[in-house]
Amino acid sequence: MTTELTVTRGRGAEPRPPRRDDNDDIGPEKLGWRHRLTHLDVKFSPYLYIAPFFVLFALVGLFPLVYTAYVSLFDWELGADETPFVGIDNYTTLLADSQFWNAMVNTLSIFAISTIPQVIIAVLLAALLNTALRGRTGWRMGVLLPYVASLVALTIIFGDLFGVQYGTINDVLEAIGFGRIDWQADRWWSHIAIATMVNWRWTGYNALIVLAAMQAIPRDVYEAAWVDGASKVRQFISITLPMLRPTLIFVIVTSTIGGLQIFTEPLLFSPSAGTSGGATNQYQTVVLYMYESGFRSLNLGYASAMAWVLFLVIIVIAGINFLLTRRLASSGEA
Amino acid sequence: MRYRRAGLAKVLACTAVLAAAATACGSGGSGTSPDGKVELTIATFNEFGYEDLLKEYEAANPNVKVTQRKTGQAAPHHQNLFTKLGAGSGLADVEAIEEGFLSQVMAKSGQFENLKDIGPKDVKDDRWLKWKVDAVTTKDGKLVGYGTDIGPLAMCYRKDLFEAAGLPSDPEGVKALFATWDSYFEAGDKYVAATQKPWFDSAAQIFNPMHNQAKVGYYDKDDKLVIETNDDKKIFDQVTGAVARGQSAKLAAWSKEWEKGFKESAFATKTCPSWMLGVIAGNAGDAHKGKWAVTAAFPGGGGNWGGSYLTVPKQGKNKAEAAKLAAWLTAPEQQIKAFKAKGPFPSQTEALTSPELLDQVNEYFGGEKVGLLFAEQAKKVAQAQYKGPKDGEIQDNVVSPALTSVEQGTSPADAWKTVIEGAQKAAK
Repeated sequence: MTTELTVTRGRGAEPRPPRRDDNDDIGPEKLGWRHRLTHLDVKFSPYLYIAPFFVLFALVGLFPLVYTAYVSLFDWELGADETPFVGIDNYTTLLADSQFWNAMVNTLSIFAISTIPQVIIAVLLAALLNTALRGRTGWRMGVLLPYVASLVALTIIFGDLFGVQYGTINDVLEAIGFGRIDWQADRWWSHIAIATMVNWRWTGYNALIVLAAMQAIPRDVYEAAWVDGASKVRQFISITLPMLRPTLIFVIVTSTIGGLQIFTEPLLFSPSAGTSGGATNQYQTVVLYMYESGFRSLNLGYASAMAWVLFLVIIVIAGINFLLTRRLASSGEA
Repeated sequence: MRYRRAGLAKVLACTAVLAAAATACGSGGSGTSPDGKVELTIATFNEFGYEDLLKEYEAANPNVKVTQRKTGQAAPHHQNLFTKLGAGSGLADVEAIEEGFLSQVMAKSGQFENLKDIGPKDVKDDRWLKWKVDAVTTKDGKLVGYGTDIGPLAMCYRKDLFEAAGLPSDPEGVKALFATWDSYFEAGDKYVAATQKPWFDSAAQIFNPMHNQAKVGYYDKDDKLVIETNDDKKIFDQVTGAVARGQSAKLAAWSKEWEKGFKESAFATKTCPSWMLGVIAGNAGDAHKGKWAVTAAFPGGGGNWGGSYLTVPKQGKNKAEAAKLAAWLTAPEQQIKAFKAKGPFPSQTEALTSPELLDQVNEYFGGEKVGLLFAEQAKKVAQAQYKGPKDGEIQDNVVSPALTSVEQGTSPADAWKTVIEGAQKAAK
């Protein structure tokens, strides 16, 4: 039993000190128990350490997800006495609901005019920030400022900019001879205004992630290309982009998920923070419509069905983007 | 994904910590504190002016301990209310309800106590204005809430702009302009012709009080949607007609642009519940002090916008004690104290004759005796219109956006079609 305690391990082969000096009172059966415990410790402790995340996720992530699917099968009015089972009725109603498809088009439209320019600008911005600028840290922190600023403060500022009658942008447009734009009434312009808010907030954030990845690209690859006479543009296309691929996939997938769940901006863009997304729902997004169904109409079953359909749409679009990005940013031949 | 029943989640959470004190898993405490006191909670939003009153109540009832849960705004307060009604636990013993959410609460009246059964017997309906009580009484005569405050409507207008347009401008002279809606829109036409500027802030702000004055609302008493056969089409045409003649400033209420509109003198009249005076003063700023006036007249009689009730949900523990507290808080003496503390306009008949209320003047509105003025306006409200289950939703999410769309260029006929479709969908 003493051999067990003084077995040599690790480098230096120094004998480990015995665990107890007065080990003469340890019986063989007791040691066996400790031994088993140590074995269990080694085997299961790692799982125990990561368990908090999975327990929390099961509680606040998985459970609501599954429960939402359950609720979506009922005519579940929030606070009602009865919630009759209706099967897939909510889903069939939803797929025939013109307001839902209108919201879906709005979401995709706002998503497209926010996420696409946002990712492109973020990559170019990162490339600029990656050059030898004076006061680099200042610039790099600067692009993150819009992300740090409170969303409500942002809304007030953009509310002033995009005001129809007293807005700054319209005043400027009028001063330089263009007509005023009805940011609220016109569907397309309202999407542009909302996308601007989204871009303002998220471009810098994405740029910093891309920048971090850019800095991880080994310098010698560029030096080799430079020796071979590759131009800066060629270097960017043939080295930077392919080597950014994992990060770009991450940025594009997270932007897709965020972009399809746009909620706060259209909610706060509507003049009195209503959920209807404009007088004719011209900028109501799916999440906004879901919120309206759930918490304004108190129709939880319907809202849950919508949540699930949106979930599936996001998975599909994120998957497509994943494949596209893998293709586009691949290393030339593949 | 973001929707889950708090009740079930709580059951799970409680199972997980079963070893912990089991009392922690009750709904809002066990109802009595360790020293045997009755523990009551009251949930309010905005400012009810109850802080000192609750201390006073505790002093007078040493066996009671009251905790107030305050929410900043009405919308999150009611969202929480409906979620926890559905969950079956977690509500305060006394829950405040705002008038705009009343139809949704009345549709779930089965989950609230009938205060006629559990409340103190000396509290009679005649404590309040009749229409205030009627609105919270179910078809089978259950009283769901005790009235707290109201928002009687008067007309606010810009004296200087009226003068410039050649309209009468003293509070007595303008009463004729605000006698009926016809005379109101007629005066609007004159004003627009004289100044080329809009008459009111937005169509929805005019439609809503007009609609509320009608005998029949969106629903009849059998909860059947009657929007196609009641007066709403007529009202809708009248309001959209005024929009077409340039009377609307097209500024949606509560928006940044609307707030700015007060400073820019974008409109000359405003439908004005008692609590709007502070909003106008805040938005229009010191530059317009004394230019705004309020008169004891409202087209078509009277009206109400806003005000609240105190209810006792069935899920509470000490319902009789809760009703006692609610009854005490809504007694005229207490409501006058709340009025002095934070300004909610009392709904109790006796409080409306209190000198403290009647002597209230408003310097911003030219030293007008606004307490007296709104007390008079409160008595002009003819009846409480019956509100069906989805009334608030139809008003806010269907009719108001449709009116805005007309202001943005949709034809009134198309907008009305949207109203019918939206109302039918909401009521389904």
